[in-house]
Amino acid sequence: MKLKQLSLFLQNEPGALTVPCRALAAAGVNIMTFSLADTQQYGILRIIVRDWEKAKAVLEDSGCLVKVTDVVAVEVLNRPGGLLAVLEVLEQAQVNVEYVYAFTVKRGDKGVLVFRFGDTEAAIKTLQAGGIHVMNDAELADRLQD
Amino acid sequence: MSKINQPAPFHPASAMDFLPLPQLRETQLTRLKSIVQRAYDRVPLFRKRMEERSLTPDDLRTLEDTVKLPFSAKADLRDAYPFGLFASPLSEIVRFHASSGTTGKPIVVAYTQEDVDDWSRAMLRSFAACGVHSGDIVHNAYGYGLFTGGLGAHYGAEALGASVIPVSGGNTDRQIMVLKDFGATVICCTPSYFIHLIDRGAELGVDFKHLPLRVGVFGAEPWTESMRQRIEAGSALKAYDIYGLTEIVGPGVAMECLCQAGPHVFEDMFYPEIIDPQTCEPCPDGVEGELVLTTLCKRAMPMIRYRTRDITALTAEPCPCGRTLRRIMRIGRRSDDMLIIRGVNLFPSQIEAALLKVEGTLPHYQIVVDRVKGLDTLEVQVEVTPNVLSDTVGAMEAVHRKLAHSIESITGLRAEVRLVAPHTIQRSEGKAKRVIDKRKL
Repeated sequence: MKLKQLSLFLQNEPGALTVPCRALAAAGVNIMTFSLADTQQYGILRIIVRDWEKAKAVLEDSGCLVKVTDVVAVEVLNRPGGLLAVLEVLEQAQVNVEYVYAFTVKRGDKGVLVFRFGDTEAAIKTLQAGGIHVMNDAELADRLQD
Repeated sequence: MSKINQPAPFHPASAMDFLPLPQLRETQLTRLKSIVQRAYDRVPLFRKRMEERSLTPDDLRTLEDTVKLPFSAKADLRDAYPFGLFASPLSEIVRFHASSGTTGKPIVVAYTQEDVDDWSRAMLRSFAACGVHSGDIVHNAYGYGLFTGGLGAHYGAEALGASVIPVSGGNTDRQIMVLKDFGATVICCTPSYFIHLIDRGAELGVDFKHLPLRVGVFGAEPWTESMRQRIEAGSALKAYDIYGLTEIVGPGVAMECLCQAGPHVFEDMFYPEIIDPQTCEPCPDGVEGELVLTTLCKRAMPMIRYRTRDITALTAEPCPCGRTLRRIMRIGRRSDDMLIIRGVNLFPSQIEAALLKVEGTLPHYQIVVDRVKGLDTLEVQVEVTPNVLSDTVGAMEAVHRKLAHSIESITGLRAEVRLVAPHTIQRSEGKAKRVIDKRKL
C-alpha cells in the first residue's frame, strides 16, 4: 500500500537538478513522477521510481544525500470533484496532508495522486474506510505499463 | 600638524601621561611589587604557579624580573568561572562585567570601588588624549551591560566633565536622530558601526560631514588605516583608536593621542610586554609579537602577565605629543583563532558547540565573515546530513531555525545559516579550513 519516495537536497544553483538526473539516466532508471519543493536557499527533489533501492544506491554513488519516505498512491476520478472526494474523506477524519502531487498517467477516467501524510498508516485506513482506492505496487506498475 | 585637532585644555589627570621615564619605571616597579604580593597572598592559582617556580614576591627586584613570573591566559578565567580569581571579598566588589568565552560560558571580571575609579581615570585620560574636554557632548554608542565598553566610556567621559548621551548600541535610525538633534561633538562606538551610521545617514539625508562631531573614539574590534580614511572622508571628525580588553579592565588600556600614531599604553596602570607567542621569550621594542599585560593597580582581580593573543609591537619612538608612554601598533591579527565580529569575540569552537547541540554529531561547516556596508556579517554554511534532510520544507526550516537559534544563544551573534549540499565545503588535508574571513583588515 505504501510507496517509497526518494528525497534529495538540492542547492539553489544552476545545474543542481542535472546531477541526480544524469546519474539516474546513466543507470537506466526512469523517473515515474517527481515534485520539487523550493525555498529561497535550497530545493527538495522528491522522486518515485520503480526500483527505489537501486536508484538510491546510484544517487548516493553520485554524491547525493537521499532520504526514503513512505507515501501513498491514490486513485482519483479525472473529472470535476475527483480530488475533492478524496480530500473530504481526509478532512472528515482530520488527517493532515503534508503535500500531494500527481502521476501523469491515467487510465480511462482515473488518474493517480501521490500523498504524503504525517501518519501514513492512519491515513491509509481512513482512505480505505472512505471508499477511496489506495494503489499497491503491482497495480501501480501495471498502470504505468500503458 | 594639519592632522592634529584643536588643542584641548590640559586635564591634570593627563600629567601621568608625561611622567619622566625614570619616574615612570619607578612607579611601575613599586606597583608591580605590590600587585604581585597581593595576587600571591589572595589568589591560590597564582600562588601555586609561583611556588611551582620556587618564586616569592621578593624575587621581583627590577622590572626586568617580570619575565620570571608565570603567565595567565583566558583559560584561567574560564576555569575559575565565575569568581575563582578574585583577590577581594565579594563585600568589596562593586561591579561585575563579563565577556564571551570559548565554551559558551562567559568570563567574569570584578571591580572594587577603587578599581572603578582607576578605570574611569584611564578612560578620562583616553578622552583627554584625543582632545575631548568638559563641555563636549559624548554620544556613547558602545553597548551598556555586561560588555565593558558602554559603562567604561560613560564613567570616563563623566569624570572628564563631558555631557554623556548613554544611547548604547542598536536602533541606527534613532542614533542618527539623536546625533543630529543633540549635536554631539564626540562619538564612541566600533569603527564598523560608525561607517554603518554614515551610510545609513546618507540614506536618510543626514550628511555626517555637516554634523558637529569632532572626535571619534573607536575600538572593540580590529580596524585599519583605510577604514580611518573612509571614516574621516565621510564625516567631519578625526578617528582615534582605543584599545582594551575585559580581562584587563575594559577599554582604556591604551589610547591614541591627537597624532593618530598608535595607542599609547597607560603604562603606569598596565605593564606591557611583547613575547614570541611560540617560544614565550620576550621581544625587544619594535619587534612584533603577542601583547602581554599586567594590571598594576587592579585590586579585585589582578592579572599578572596576561596573554592577550593580540599581535602587535611596542614602540618607544618619541611621539610628537610628548607622552612618555610607549605605543602599540595597530592590531590586525591574533595568535589564536578568535574572530572579532561586531565587537563580539567569536571562536570557531563555539559554532561547533552550537551545531553539535542541534545535530548530535558535528556536520561539515564553514564560517564566512565579511564586511558589507561597513558592518560585519557572519554566515555559517552547514552541509546537510541525514539527520537534517527531510522531504518536507517545514521540517527543514525547523532545523534551520534551530541551528540559527543555537548559534545565537551560544555566541550572542546572529548568523546567517546556509544549508549546503553534502561535499560542497572544501576539505583540506588534515585540519579543515573552518573560517574564511573576507574582511580586509
